[in-house]
Amino acid sequence: MTDPSALYPPAAAGADERIHPDSETALEAGTEGPPGAPQQADKPRSLTSDAWHDLRRNPIFIVSAVIIVVLVVMAAFPGVFTNKDPRFCDLNLSRQAPSADAWFGYDVQGCDVYARTIYGARASILVGLFTTIAVTIVGGLIGMIAGFYGGWIDSVLSRILEIFFGIPLLLGGVLVLASFPSNPGTPQLVTIGKVVIALTILAWTSLARIMRSTVIQVKHADYVSAARALGGGAPRILRSHVLPNAVAPVIVYATIVLGIFIGVEATLSFLGIGLQPPVISWGVAINDASTYIRQSPHMLLFPGALLTITVLAFIMLGDAVRDAFDPRLR
Amino acid sequence: MGRYTVRRLLQMIPVIIGTTLLIFLMVWALPGDPFAGKCGDRACPPQYVAQMTEKFNLNEPWYVQYALYMGNLIRGDFGESFSGTSVTDELIRTYPTTAKLAAMAILIEVVIGIGAGILAGLRRGGFVDNLVLLSTLFFISIPIFVIGYISQLGFGVQLGIFPVTVSSEATVYELMLPALVLASGTLAYVARVMRTNLVENLRSDYVRTATAKGLARRRVVGVHTVRNSLIPVITLIGADFGALLGGAIVTEGIFNIGGVGGLIFRNIRLREGAMVTGAVTVLVLVFLIVNLFVDLLYAALDPRIRYD
Repeated sequence: MTDPSALYPPAAAGADERIHPDSETALEAGTEGPPGAPQQADKPRSLTSDAWHDLRRNPIFIVSAVIIVVLVVMAAFPGVFTNKDPRFCDLNLSRQAPSADAWFGYDVQGCDVYARTIYGARASILVGLFTTIAVTIVGGLIGMIAGFYGGWIDSVLSRILEIFFGIPLLLGGVLVLASFPSNPGTPQLVTIGKVVIALTILAWTSLARIMRSTVIQVKHADYVSAARALGGGAPRILRSHVLPNAVAPVIVYATIVLGIFIGVEATLSFLGIGLQPPVISWGVAINDASTYIRQSPHMLLFPGALLTITVLAFIMLGDAVRDAFDPRLR
Repeated sequence: MGRYTVRRLLQMIPVIIGTTLLIFLMVWALPGDPFAGKCGDRACPPQYVAQMTEKFNLNEPWYVQYALYMGNLIRGDFGESFSGTSVTDELIRTYPTTAKLAAMAILIEVVIGIGAGILAGLRRGGFVDNLVLLSTLFFISIPIFVIGYISQLGFGVQLGIFPVTVSSEATVYELMLPALVLASGTLAYVARVMRTNLVENLRSDYVRTATAKGLARRRVVGVHTVRNSLIPVITLIGADFGALLGGAIVTEGIFNIGGVGGLIFRNIRLREGAMVTGAVTVLVLVFLIVNLFVDLLYAALDPRIRYD
């Protein structure tokens, strides 16, 4: 149980005083909650716990969270889902259709498509996760500095931001990766690292904007003035006042963008400049399969389907989290 | 309006300089071998290295290199591939097809996207609304190369409604399926934004006033609400134009279209780095200029921006 509201005993209805504009939906959630759940708390719940309260009842959240958990397990322990070796290929089996023996059939090299699709999750999840973390750190820091110090620092950083913002993600990814190509001899982690760096260079700007506007909003709040008057320095104000306010929008953005990064990575790998064999990846698999699309569509459909489900799950999760944190959007 | 235009044009100058500088640094001046991946799978021949070193002045300090590179760009010289083909010539040969494809895709986005958004917004919570929300979620999530191959397989190979590949003439009929694929992602965003705006505007005071005056619902929705809801959609189409150009690389590759995207697609496979980066640079600049026009159009449509 991570919901702090569970710690408080149920109180009389109507005693619920809320500090955020969620009264309508909160009351609804409170009266419609399952019996036994703490319906009204003595103390106003925080936005986070309230959002969690809403999320647990949202079927979209539950479905997408379950899919993501399965995908993460797939990426971490692919052996749980298949006991076949994705690198064991028998040319005699080349392009055989799905059967009871191999659920997704075999690819051109005669490798098991099911095993390769399962093992392909790792590269995609790693790229998505690493890029999101890098973007959050780089964009978050730059946005925080620009917003907090203002003045000429803000102007300079904002102009730099505009420049990076003007380069579309996919086009920029092609530019960077065409200039720093990988080949089958490049170590796998270096190949993945290049894609992560290319996407981070292009995608940090949105997060910097979110962070900057949060800081500017918070900066003039009374409690920040109070913290200043009490002698709080910049690091302390940023840590204990600015960061907590930025958590919600950053989480929402990061979840959605993680799905988008996975889609862009697959597209770049498909074009032949993202991930390269021997890395097992959905984009590369779809690229290999594309030549035989008329004769053996199964080689393309299964990795394509899993890729789409992955992107969909992250976007749905982000949508659900945003709805929970920002009830005004409903 | 005049002052806004001038200010916006002036703001554009540092962005263009910054973007080209950034691209130049990434492609030619970052540490590492600038000739990696520019000559296919082999290393570049010494003649090409010597020629390009001179052309891009790679022995000079980076700021001199950049200034000379910028001079070349302004004169319309975007470099040449190691086989000696000029990027500019190739672009001139291929751009009409891509322009046609992009125009068709944008038309599809506008007609279907706005139509679906209005239908969904007017019956909020109804069947059509849920259908639009679900299907747009699907189209936002599915990567363009997956939907490209699936529709090529389904509509082209199996049903035979559309041609599977596009000939060098690239007729409107041949480009229909690629344009639908290319439009699908942005179309979904357009429908969602249109729906949200419509729902919001239908609740606004001026709509209540219009209804109270006794105007017919058709006029309230058609003239007052829809027109106001269109403004953010225009910005969205402009902002997503970059994704459209990126998608064109994939779509033209899949359907074998001889446009700029197909050119980039083939040269990525040939590892002709100079051709790829030259052509993509042009696409990025086109995107920036299109966005400038969208911003100006936006100001013309929305008086609140003009008088800021």
